[in-house]
Amino acid sequence: MKRPPGRGGPLSTLVGIVLLALMLFPVYWMVNASLQPAGNTLRGGWFPLHPDLSGYATALRDQGRNLVTSLVVALGSALLSLALAAPAAHALARFRLRGTKVVLLGILTTQAVPSIVVADALYGAYNDLGLLNSHLGLVLADSTAGVPFAIVVLHSFMRSIPEEVIEAARMDGAGRLRVFRCVVLPLSRNALITAGVFTFLLAWSDFLFALTLTTTDTVRPITLGVYQYLGAHTNHWNAVMATAVMASVPAAVLLVVAQRHVTGSVAGAADK
Amino acid sequence: MRSRPPQAADPSPVRRGDRWTRWLFVAPAATYLLLFFGYPIADNVVMSFQQYTVTSFYTGDAPFAGLRNYAAVLSSSAFPRTLLTTAVFTAGSVLGQFALGLAFALFFRRRFPLGGVLRSLLLLPWLLPLVASGTTWKWMLDPDTGVVNAVLRGLHLTSSGVPWLTGTSQALLSVVLVNTWVGVPFNTAILYGGLQDIPPNLYEAAKLDGAGPLASFRHITWPLLRPVVSVVLVLGVVYTVKVLDVILVVTGGGPAGATETIATQSYELSFRQFDFGRGAAMSNLLIVLSLVFAVLHLRADRRARTV
Repeated sequence: MKRPPGRGGPLSTLVGIVLLALMLFPVYWMVNASLQPAGNTLRGGWFPLHPDLSGYATALRDQGRNLVTSLVVALGSALLSLALAAPAAHALARFRLRGTKVVLLGILTTQAVPSIVVADALYGAYNDLGLLNSHLGLVLADSTAGVPFAIVVLHSFMRSIPEEVIEAARMDGAGRLRVFRCVVLPLSRNALITAGVFTFLLAWSDFLFALTLTTTDTVRPITLGVYQYLGAHTNHWNAVMATAVMASVPAAVLLVVAQRHVTGSVAGAADK
Repeated sequence: MRSRPPQAADPSPVRRGDRWTRWLFVAPAATYLLLFFGYPIADNVVMSFQQYTVTSFYTGDAPFAGLRNYAAVLSSSAFPRTLLTTAVFTAGSVLGQFALGLAFALFFRRRFPLGGVLRSLLLLPWLLPLVASGTTWKWMLDPDTGVVNAVLRGLHLTSSGVPWLTGTSQALLSVVLVNTWVGVPFNTAILYGGLQDIPPNLYEAAKLDGAGPLASFRHITWPLLRPVVSVVLVLGVVYTVKVLDVILVVTGGGPAGATETIATQSYELSFRQFDFGRGAAMSNLLIVLSLVFAVLHLRADRRARTV
């Protein structure tokens, strides 16, 4: 029995592996470069035949603190985004509030706002409030990507929770807050994980807010660390690339850990 | 957009304070969005009419400038080129991402061993921090020692090497290439989702009618995928037109301004020259451009589909 649009055999697997190898070559090259011996020869070999970890040693020494900063900021942003988005998504999905459509449209429109616009305004405001060069400032700014995204993902999931489940709890006398906390949130566990993973990555990958809202190296995310390395350390390519690898680790880890949720929800979110 | 599932009319009796608690759920997010999107947009509009320079930060004094910032930005000798670069960068990236994304989506629709795993791995370029992949590309494209030219030389396609980052037209091609690479996974994921929603029995029927793969693509896949294609293209343009990271990391806008877009110019004006008024005028143009495009495209598409 042949099901359209067709089944492929091992040949398809082979073609797929070749295509993927081509697409992921830059990722390989990044890892390969990070393991080459130090020096200002940009070339290096095709394979890290004699892996040299000195790039990582240099990178950890120079950038270790920035990695911690990124971790703190990304975790903070993921938590803040979920805390703000989850109740709002529940309300938009369930309550018959006036203006729900306008709010959802507004949230989609935020996608068209360049971060540079937000950065422009925040730079001035942060300057007055003393939030430049602070973890809190970056957490708040980075969440501009995370909050709308989390609302969209959680909203489309929470809308699919059967009304009866919530009604049953309401009949038992649970208030709105209790229903949200004890019924909706546990049921939405997978969607919360997905939204959390993505908001973490969005904040972790942020470059523009790091570039514009930090002016000293006291609070410096790893992305900015890579960028400044690029300006100053071009003769230590292995260290630059080791930093790039370390900055990429969360994405790789999360892809493996949350693979199924992630692929499903990318499509789901865009389906809006 | 999915149709809304039928909802009970919230039959529970309205308790005291209930109306209030409902708003309590939305209030934090709404406040945040107003502060971090509403305020910046409004502030940007105001700033674009002010002479807002580095002294303004100390004195708090930013004199009203009327339309002077817009006039300055629009009449600058570099502007036509910046606009053209933005258009080439956006159109090139979006079309490249879409074509490759569609090819991958169609390929992965076939069921084969390891298909799911390979499809997930394909997401990696999209999930990596742009700075990390941009840095890698910059190194790969290095005219003298980069691996791309090494391969081209090895294949005897070029003897002297292509000036990927130092030639003006090659540099623009390079940033388009990198940005395309970044966006393929997103296009694949969404188009793959769209393909999954096409009922398989349509293909069975077409096959019985003797339609080949090309005919079924033209008469089934493409028409049914159209709405998803629209969304992908609109999102693609909206995301691409504001791209900063790729260009800043790979070429820094150079050589000689060959890869300056409206977005990088806006950054340059605000944060390198500290002329926030002109920077704001520039980025407001960007918002208007992307909104106008989104509205026009979606309307044209709706009309095309209802005809």
